[in-house]
Amino acid sequence: MVFDDNTMRLIHIFMASFFPLLKAGLTFTVPLTLVSFVLGLVLALFTALARISKVKILSSLASLYVWLIRGTPLLVQLFIIFFGLPKIGIILDPLVAAIIGFTLNVGAYNSEVIRAAILSIPKGQWEAAYSIGMTESQALRRIILPLAARVSIPPLSNSFISLVKDTSLAAAITVTEMFQIAQTITAATYEPLLLYFEVAIIYLMFCTILTILQSRMEKKLEKYVAN
Amino acid sequence: MIDIKNLHKSFGENEILKGIDLKVNKGETVVIIGPSGSGKTTLLRCLNLLEVPDSGIIEIGTSRLDFNQSLKPNQNSILSLRKQTGMVFQGFYLFPHKTVIENIMEGQIIVLKRSKADAFKKGLALLDKVGLLEKKDAFPHELSGGQQQRVAIARAMAMDPKVLLFDEPTSALDPELAAEVLKVMQSLAEEGMTMVVVTHKMSFARDVANKVIFIDNGLILQSGTPTEVLKNTDNLRVKQFLNILAD
Repeated sequence: MVFDDNTMRLIHIFMASFFPLLKAGLTFTVPLTLVSFVLGLVLALFTALARISKVKILSSLASLYVWLIRGTPLLVQLFIIFFGLPKIGIILDPLVAAIIGFTLNVGAYNSEVIRAAILSIPKGQWEAAYSIGMTESQALRRIILPLAARVSIPPLSNSFISLVKDTSLAAAITVTEMFQIAQTITAATYEPLLLYFEVAIIYLMFCTILTILQSRMEKKLEKYVAN
Repeated sequence: MIDIKNLHKSFGENEILKGIDLKVNKGETVVIIGPSGSGKTTLLRCLNLLEVPDSGIIEIGTSRLDFNQSLKPNQNSILSLRKQTGMVFQGFYLFPHKTVIENIMEGQIIVLKRSKADAFKKGLALLDKVGLLEKKDAFPHELSGGQQQRVAIARAMAMDPKVLLFDEPTSALDPELAAEVLKVMQSLAEEGMTMVVVTHKMSFARDVANKVIFIDNGLILQSGTPTEVLKNTDNLRVKQFLNILAD
């Protein structure tokens, strides 16, 4: 098979850019996603507990935080953290700014997931835990949260997969993650169609792997359904 | 063992318990009967403070709590009273993410701080007692309702309670499965466990109870031996209730 010069050039660009892109994906996109998600989940758990709490000030603060984050675009939040905060003397490394932005985002959205999961556990489980003498925090840690975790796996996985793609927004605050690299290569080669397709394929690969892992995990946990 | 004086409990405007006095001696089985909405379940739930009474005095074993509306009992006194009681629920409520033996070990390890080995040993002994030794590694959803309820009894017993409370333990079960649960309860009664049982199983009340209490509309209408209450009652309301059950 013989290709004309232009096709050869495109194949060459594709081959030459694939591994740099994949490398940026594995060294920036994946760690950025993982770190933000883990921190975000911790934040989400505490936010959910604060929202359920009977202490009025805690639940109000948590609601305020969720309202602010959900009511504003992620890109705007990243710009405020990275471009805005230096105005008041807070200068952050782009990667740190991105982690903060994504963590806050994950925390707010998933606090609602975790809150709903906790509230979905039958009251009888709390009472059974109390009836064998557990304190509220023992009941929460030993019984309610493990059950809530199982309920929340599908929506949390959804949110995780969303985050993989949302990390491309970090390109806008100069983080050299995968999409930023794609933009750089595009600027040099002027092949936007090819490059953006290519980067889309890599995102698709990542998300496909995650989807497969998700369904495996769900199958494994299916057997313990809360009564 | 249990001494309750002038217990009152309201939910909003609705007064459910209107001054209940109840004494249960060590080793006695007391069966509480009455129409639904009479307050019998609320009374039982007040005994381990799943519902906190508005006023009155609850004395169980070594714990004594005096309630009034302005003063909520503190967490420690609630916990120490709960530790004297075990409860078995209508809906079983085993911990679905734990195996049968783990269900029975959980409270022993987390609340009583027993070693895993001790908790395991005690768990096996209790499972043997309720006839489910071979199910120790099963998950609750793999068991029948009757088996789940027997595990729930073992879970409650594992905490060495002074009193066992049963809230309609067989109402969610077929007659056949109910019978196996009632058999376990009967053998506990015969071994001298102190029990308070809310149930509609009149045969259990007749055969096992030392004392039967009829509650209606938040008050004890009659209390006495099974014969006095179930056979020879001259209280019209009690008669009417028993007639409906007999139908």
